[in-house]
Amino acid sequence: MERKIVIPGTIVGTVGKHKPGRGTFSEEGNIYASRLGIVEERAGYINVTPLSGVYEPVVGDNIIGIIGEVGRTSWMVDINAPYPALLRADEVQWKIDYGETSRFLRVGDAILATIASVNEARNIEISMKGKPCRKIEDGIIIEIQPSKVPRIIGKNGSMVSLLRQHTGCWIFVGQNGRVWIRGESENISRLVEAIRKIEREAHTTGLTDRISKFLEGE
Amino acid sequence: MELIKDGKRIDGRLPNEMRKIKIEAGPLYRADGSCYLEWGGNKVLVAVYGPKEAIPRHIQNPTKALVNARYNMASFSVEDRKRPGPDRRSLEISKITSEAFENVILTELFPRTIIDINIEVLDAEAGTRCAGITAAAVALADAGIPMRDIPVACAAGKVDGVVVLDLTSEEDKKGDADLPVAIAPRSEEILLLQMDGHMTTEEFDQALDMAIKGCKEISKLQKEALLKKYKTFEEE
Repeated sequence: MERKIVIPGTIVGTVGKHKPGRGTFSEEGNIYASRLGIVEERAGYINVTPLSGVYEPVVGDNIIGIIGEVGRTSWMVDINAPYPALLRADEVQWKIDYGETSRFLRVGDAILATIASVNEARNIEISMKGKPCRKIEDGIIIEIQPSKVPRIIGKNGSMVSLLRQHTGCWIFVGQNGRVWIRGESENISRLVEAIRKIEREAHTTGLTDRISKFLEGE
Repeated sequence: MELIKDGKRIDGRLPNEMRKIKIEAGPLYRADGSCYLEWGGNKVLVAVYGPKEAIPRHIQNPTKALVNARYNMASFSVEDRKRPGPDRRSLEISKITSEAFENVILTELFPRTIIDINIEVLDAEAGTRCAGITAAAVALADAGIPMRDIPVACAAGKVDGVVVLDLTSEEDKKGDADLPVAIAPRSEEILLLQMDGHMTTEEFDQALDMAIKGCKEISKLQKEALLKKYKTFEEE
């Protein structure tokens, strides 16, 4: 597959042949890239997968949020997106009485949650019901560029399992570019180094092999 | 003093010749997007942050993102120390730069947010607003902000009765006219056009033409700079 890097305003196709997908727009019969990224063709659509940019929430994403504000029946959560997200008291796994919200989650607490809804006006609601959701009480959280998340995870989680194998740390990668790590402190520092390397070289091929060598080379 | 001698300008350039330009995309790690640009004696550093939640909330636009450019000259950027802080001139440049970018950024994709563009002029030698816009465009693309095109700016003017491209500080002070132009190079849509001094209509048309040609040259350098950043590792 050809991996072509494009910049805003580059022609990536014509309207008759393809449909404009993510990261593109059409004008006078041509499809142009609107972002800096890699061109991909899928099901008749031309998409540009961005190489940089902020996190854009999608329903169903598992994310790591940090409580920003405590209300009487809800919390406002920083999810590393341009918009804060609302977490209602009835969307958590605990039974919470009116005004008792701060007994469970305080400002600065980290949580693992799921995006429940995003509307036209970009009001975002998140939920803590369901599988991976929980309050994060130990380990560390590092931030990476959200556009690099797919590379940290790898195909079918190959990169994450590689990192896990070689460092023995527990890793959770939030779609919003926050990574939760638990483990021995010297292993953590090695892991963070590896993650930073992936982040820097995310747009290259053969990355999994290089990271594998990097981790073995200790 | 003669500004043009034997068809050559004081720094030895031909009338339609530009100063040397060097563009580097992404020198700053902490910014969402950044660019460092050297254009003749100008040195400009641009950092882009966002789109992020606009604060205070009453400035938010529920239908689109705000574009907030801030042009600032360092106190050491000119010979006589510039009094730091915003003044009439830098506020004007901030405003016109914001408006130029509003026309190419797909602002409707990020309602209620703000995109901050910080343009820091470290060294100034005429044409800083053009340098600022050119660098800011690269920084915005580096930040992954959706745009219809990568804007580019260049100035033309009139010196000793001759229409010339990309004025130096000397030519700007003693010349007859200065005409900074910013365009979206794909459609040649004009995003910014200012002029001071006097030119006839014919001279104006000639200068505008020359500036647009200059813009297209610089546009190539912008694209090279962006692609270079992301190709560095592929060669290994």
